[in-house]
Amino acid sequence: MKRHLLNFILPVAVSAIVFLGSCNKAVIDRTANIPALAPSNIDLNADTWKPVLITDPTVFTVAAPDATNSPAYVADLNEIKAYQSGLTSDQRAIIDYWSAGAVLRWNEILRDLVAKHNLPPYQNPDGTYPAPSSTNPFAYPQFPFSNPPYAARAYAYVSAAQYDALIAAYHFKKLYNRAAPYNMAGVEALIPKSTLPSYPSEDAVVAGATVEIMKLLFPTEIAYIEQKAAEEMQYRMMAGANVRGELTAGQSLGAQVADVFAARARADNAGKAIGTPAIWTQLQVTTAARGETFWISLETPSRPPMLPLFGKVIPFLFDTTTVKALRPGPPNLTNSAAFKQEVAEVLSYSKNPTREHQEQVQFWADGAGTYTPTGHWNAIAEAEFVKQGYSEVRWARNYALLNMAEMDVAICCWDTKYFYFNQRPTQANPNIKTLTGIPNFPSYTSGHSNFSAAAATVLTYLLPDRGTKFTDLANQAALSRLYGAIHYRSDVEVGLTTGAAVGQYAVKRAQTDGAGN
Amino acid sequence: MTKHLRLYLNRYFVVLCFLSFFSKAAHAQTDADALMIPKNVFCGELMYDHSSWDNYWEGTFKRTNGNIGTVTTNTYSAMGNYGITNKLDFLFSVPYVTTNASAGTLKGQSGFQDLSISLKWLAFQTEIGKGIFSIHAIGEATIPLSNYEPDFLPLSIGLHAETASLRGLLNYQTGRFFVAGAAQYIQRSDVTIDQDAYYTTQEIYSNKVYMPNVTNFLFSTGFRSLQFNAEAIIQQTTTHGGFDIRKNDMPFPSNEMNMTTAGVLFKYTFGSTTGFELTAGGNRVLDGRNVGQSTDFFAGVLYLFDFSKKDKK
Repeated sequence: MKRHLLNFILPVAVSAIVFLGSCNKAVIDRTANIPALAPSNIDLNADTWKPVLITDPTVFTVAAPDATNSPAYVADLNEIKAYQSGLTSDQRAIIDYWSAGAVLRWNEILRDLVAKHNLPPYQNPDGTYPAPSSTNPFAYPQFPFSNPPYAARAYAYVSAAQYDALIAAYHFKKLYNRAAPYNMAGVEALIPKSTLPSYPSEDAVVAGATVEIMKLLFPTEIAYIEQKAAEEMQYRMMAGANVRGELTAGQSLGAQVADVFAARARADNAGKAIGTPAIWTQLQVTTAARGETFWISLETPSRPPMLPLFGKVIPFLFDTTTVKALRPGPPNLTNSAAFKQEVAEVLSYSKNPTREHQEQVQFWADGAGTYTPTGHWNAIAEAEFVKQGYSEVRWARNYALLNMAEMDVAICCWDTKYFYFNQRPTQANPNIKTLTGIPNFPSYTSGHSNFSAAAATVLTYLLPDRGTKFTDLANQAALSRLYGAIHYRSDVEVGLTTGAAVGQYAVKRAQTDGAGN
Repeated sequence: MTKHLRLYLNRYFVVLCFLSFFSKAAHAQTDADALMIPKNVFCGELMYDHSSWDNYWEGTFKRTNGNIGTVTTNTYSAMGNYGITNKLDFLFSVPYVTTNASAGTLKGQSGFQDLSISLKWLAFQTEIGKGIFSIHAIGEATIPLSNYEPDFLPLSIGLHAETASLRGLLNYQTGRFFVAGAAQYIQRSDVTIDQDAYYTTQEIYSNKVYMPNVTNFLFSTGFRSLQFNAEAIIQQTTTHGGFDIRKNDMPFPSNEMNMTTAGVLFKYTFGSTTGFELTAGGNRVLDGRNVGQSTDFFAGVLYLFDFSKKDKK
């Protein structure tokens, strides 16, 4: 019996060891190992670039820095030396992470928070839905529900505030012309050196602006955001790139600039975009009066339409009359042959999906629980911008251009959706089953098509050597909505046209903002 | 008496325990019992499983969802079991799965799911008291048979991980009654999804999803004779890692999917060594986390072929 047991235990033990130790399952995140920012051009003239909202950097308060021979500065240097004398592996990981760039990492953090908060509220027992409240943000459902229009606006405010804050920072950097601490004896440069004056710190300016504007946009995340900002400040000191005084001044300047954006955000009509039950009913009445079938929610229980008044939000790149001017003509009329033909086409994609189409639908779905289409285009932009060796201020400027276009195209798209208030394909023919969730708002025009064409227009202008790459991606994103059987072909085609038109407003701005291409 | 018992234990027997995750009908067929098919005997089987649920757990929160209604999964499997020796069996299974949601607009999926192959080894057997005690080791591997999308839960036909598992099984039979207990460790590969970024508890920029490993503990007891078997089975499946579905979010392949199931299984044999057998049973999820509370019914037809010399004559 002993021998039998031995015969059993040995092979099992050996195979168990081989088997359990055989798999390396680590998932490599492609944003994890981005090299440290080393701008090919520090854009020293960025103080002359055209800001978005601020008009005069001198209205902000940035006290003159301590003299480099003052005891305060020496103490600041000693703080760096103390860090550098005993860096832990965790601290080195913080340096590796943040050295990729402040604008880049804060954009990723924003995407993370958008995905985290992009969940439609769960219904009440009576079948109604609770709405998030900015005055009581921690109660379920937490504020915000960062759906695609909300998210587009958030990306725009954060990016534009960072951009203006950096322009203001460049003014003071040149005014005070302080060299970075890694030029001082006994301080090492743990990241690539820059000749850009270091007071106030550009990382701190970006962090200060972001923290301040995020208090408005993601109020439940303030503790998390402030912890990230503190980590970034620590990184600058550990890397020998800034002394504490440069960070404090930068955070203060960033917050002051963000206040200008916060004031705008409080008055841009987004807070009223959810509408009221009376307004929701009026949309049906108006559409029915035109003899058209009006949109109804395909969710159970029926959910109020998503942000029906988002079309009234004040855009960044043009005025509200332009929103109306950009509104396309009506969709195919409910009783037209063209409409029936479009429904039939959607049904055919629903009935016979190919795996390739399904993959395209999934790849571009960017639905609930994700960073939204705007987040996807920010991620696409990041992968390209990383290759360009941009300065922080150019990162901020290019993200601001992209995201202002995304916010403004969301406004135009939502204006169109609720002006026509037309039905989704599945409402017209319940046999149309979908390859992704049907968004809870009208069909015409496709949001994905608008977002993608606007983004592609901006990115193609910024990176002309990429050829048709972004336009091809935008077309794929747009068609994925037809393949997924949630949009008609006309939603997609007209959405692409409007998106490109809005993108051109950002291009026009870029051509005259003093930053070059 | 014990000679008689050995006869049972060397007879072929199939047990099917479906692990109905959100859509996955993971077959742990035939490798969770103590019974071996004799050398050079082949058993082929066709099996149908019907699984449905309308309640599910979002983390620990149990709910229904008007946008999916009742999710139904039908699985049609072709399976086989061959006795390489009296102590070593080779088993395989090829399932075709269809899914459907009774409400909402999401389109049901269908396709060949995961090929499963197992080796089952009677490692040790001895008489204890009036019964027979045996120890078995079962190694199983599964590999997806098609490039179905795992990130379309709850309607994906499976999770698309390659898996390798080891199961240890103890069995004691005295007279016509038996008790058995098994423990299984399932190693799962990463899976690839169609998106190139996704959110778990943070945003991850990859199309690869880390799949935590899984354990399964099983206890069964019942009646076994040459002609008729009836047994009750309780199982606990636990995912070691993963995350909860957020409130009102969709499920994700790497959720922490746990469940406790209870089921019964019957088998009736017409012939003595070769010929038809019928099997049927069902099980239900009693408690779970990030899974549907599914109820399964299954039935199968088996046919035994004896390729050993003595039957060829």
